[in-house]
Amino acid sequence: MTIAGGVRRLTRGGRTLEQQEARAGLLLISPTLLITLVVVVAPLLWAVMLAFQDARLINIRRTGLFGNYTLENFTYVISEPGFWSALVNTLVYTTAGTALSIAIGLVAALALRAAFKGRTLVRASILVPYVAPVVAVAFLWEVMLNPQFGIVNTWLSEPIAFLTQARGSFLGLQVPVALLTVIAFEAWRYFPFAFLFILARLQALPGELEEAAVVDGATPTQRFRYVIMPQLWRVVALLAVLRFVFTFTKFDDVYLLTGGGAGTEVVSVRVYNFLTARDDIGASAAQAIVLAVVLVVFLAVYLRFFAGGERDQRSL
Amino acid sequence: MTRDRFERALFRVLRPLVIAFLTVITAFPFFYMVMLSVRDIQELILDPGSLWPRSFTLSTYADVLGRQGFVTFMSNSAIVAVASVAVTLLISIPGAYAVARLRFFGRRQVHFLFLAVYLFPAIVLAIPLFVLFTMLGLRGSLPGLILVYIAQTVPVTVYMLRNYFETVPQSVEEASAIDGCGRMETIWRVVLPLSKPALMATGLYAFMIAWNEFLFALLFLVERRESWTVSLGLSQLAGSIEIPTTVLMAGSVVLTLPIVVVFFASERLLTEGLTAGAEKG
Repeated sequence: MTIAGGVRRLTRGGRTLEQQEARAGLLLISPTLLITLVVVVAPLLWAVMLAFQDARLINIRRTGLFGNYTLENFTYVISEPGFWSALVNTLVYTTAGTALSIAIGLVAALALRAAFKGRTLVRASILVPYVAPVVAVAFLWEVMLNPQFGIVNTWLSEPIAFLTQARGSFLGLQVPVALLTVIAFEAWRYFPFAFLFILARLQALPGELEEAAVVDGATPTQRFRYVIMPQLWRVVALLAVLRFVFTFTKFDDVYLLTGGGAGTEVVSVRVYNFLTARDDIGASAAQAIVLAVVLVVFLAVYLRFFAGGERDQRSL
Repeated sequence: MTRDRFERALFRVLRPLVIAFLTVITAFPFFYMVMLSVRDIQELILDPGSLWPRSFTLSTYADVLGRQGFVTFMSNSAIVAVASVAVTLLISIPGAYAVARLRFFGRRQVHFLFLAVYLFPAIVLAIPLFVLFTMLGLRGSLPGLILVYIAQTVPVTVYMLRNYFETVPQSVEEASAIDGCGRMETIWRVVLPLSKPALMATGLYAFMIAWNEFLFALLFLVERRESWTVSLGLSQLAGSIEIPTTVLMAGSVVLTLPIVVVFFASERLLTEGLTAGAEKG
């Protein structure tokens, strides 16, 4: 409220101050709105239209608002071999990546909670995987895991083709090597994100509760379980939503590490391949929309059953 | 030994181990990156396990910056990132002020729209923008890319700035209004100087997005080598066998270094700025 916000009084041009404020507000917000509408909302609507049309780069000028709408793209992409396995991969990759990055972030935040010598440096070093460009870190992992000259393989008794081998056996078990590597990369790159959020929450916690628990003779694990964790659930739920949403539709990490090979194909990489390698815009858009719809369904289910997450999201 | 004493002893041992482990898994890869970038490719092939090169060479950097064209890629990335930061701030400052202070029709809806844009998958957006840019002949042009980055960052920067503007005391603004400042003048002379840490944080965020982004750069610029950003340049050259890995590692260092420097420089300024209160005296 500005100083005269509540005062209704006629001024210039016969408008009240309230009306003036509303006008100024709309005027100031309009550049933001304009760019969001032009570069995000309008293209999104167009993507939906393209998904229902037979659109290729060659005939794109012939598709229009009143083109022939069909469901062909959807039936095509869903029946195409590889779609369902890509969707399963996406789900496994997202769930495991999200859970691991939050778990490591939580451990890191708890370990770095109390001050110690060199904490600033350690904190800074922990954040680097998150701020570093994805192309550089993906390439770095590729080099480190290279079977011929990668440093990791020189430590192992026999080299493992981490990024190009779909299956391998570990302790007599069949494991999806490349998929696990990609998940490890995801956890490594995004645990700092969870770390930042959780540490900020930890530092805002009131000290009295914990002191009282110490007086009552609670051990460190009991304090964590009954005092600290109950206060962290909200931020963990928020992180789970954010990381799930971002990872589910993530393109660059998997594309750069494996190109979608060795059993790591996720839906976003398929969308890209349909768009550039096949020039099939309609099918590409249809696939992207299926991905977005699946995401929305998961989100809706999550928010329905974990009401706490919903409150957090609104406060975002 | 009681459970409490046991646990305390356990965590006294575990905590330094965890800290050491986290430091190693985050710092070691970057150390390895730098070490690989200053050694000869022959030496790497012969002795891949060694961490300290027998002889240091900077020829990898000369190669990557000169022959591979990373100087051009760097300047492209710099143009894209700086322009994105400037325009993003220019657009989001009035927007954030409006959402923080002024009551207007549709304020709640605007907030919801921005949240939706923030969570919206880039891969869905990539398709129509790719088609549009192809039709308009904008593929290969940096301004088109900048436009996309602005749209991607503006919702978040508005949100970040709004939160900060709300903490600027109303009384300071009212005082400036009484002193005869108009709304724009109040924003420019009172709100912005008080919000420097937030502006830094927002600028840094926009810079990071623009410097690190890969998908849109790949879609829009891949056919025109002279427009490549550093990220795109590195990813494209990493696939070719003629360029030694050590040279490409030098490219990785060149790509990573600016963002890490910017991050550390502003992290300090940020904490300093945030601890300085506004309405103390």
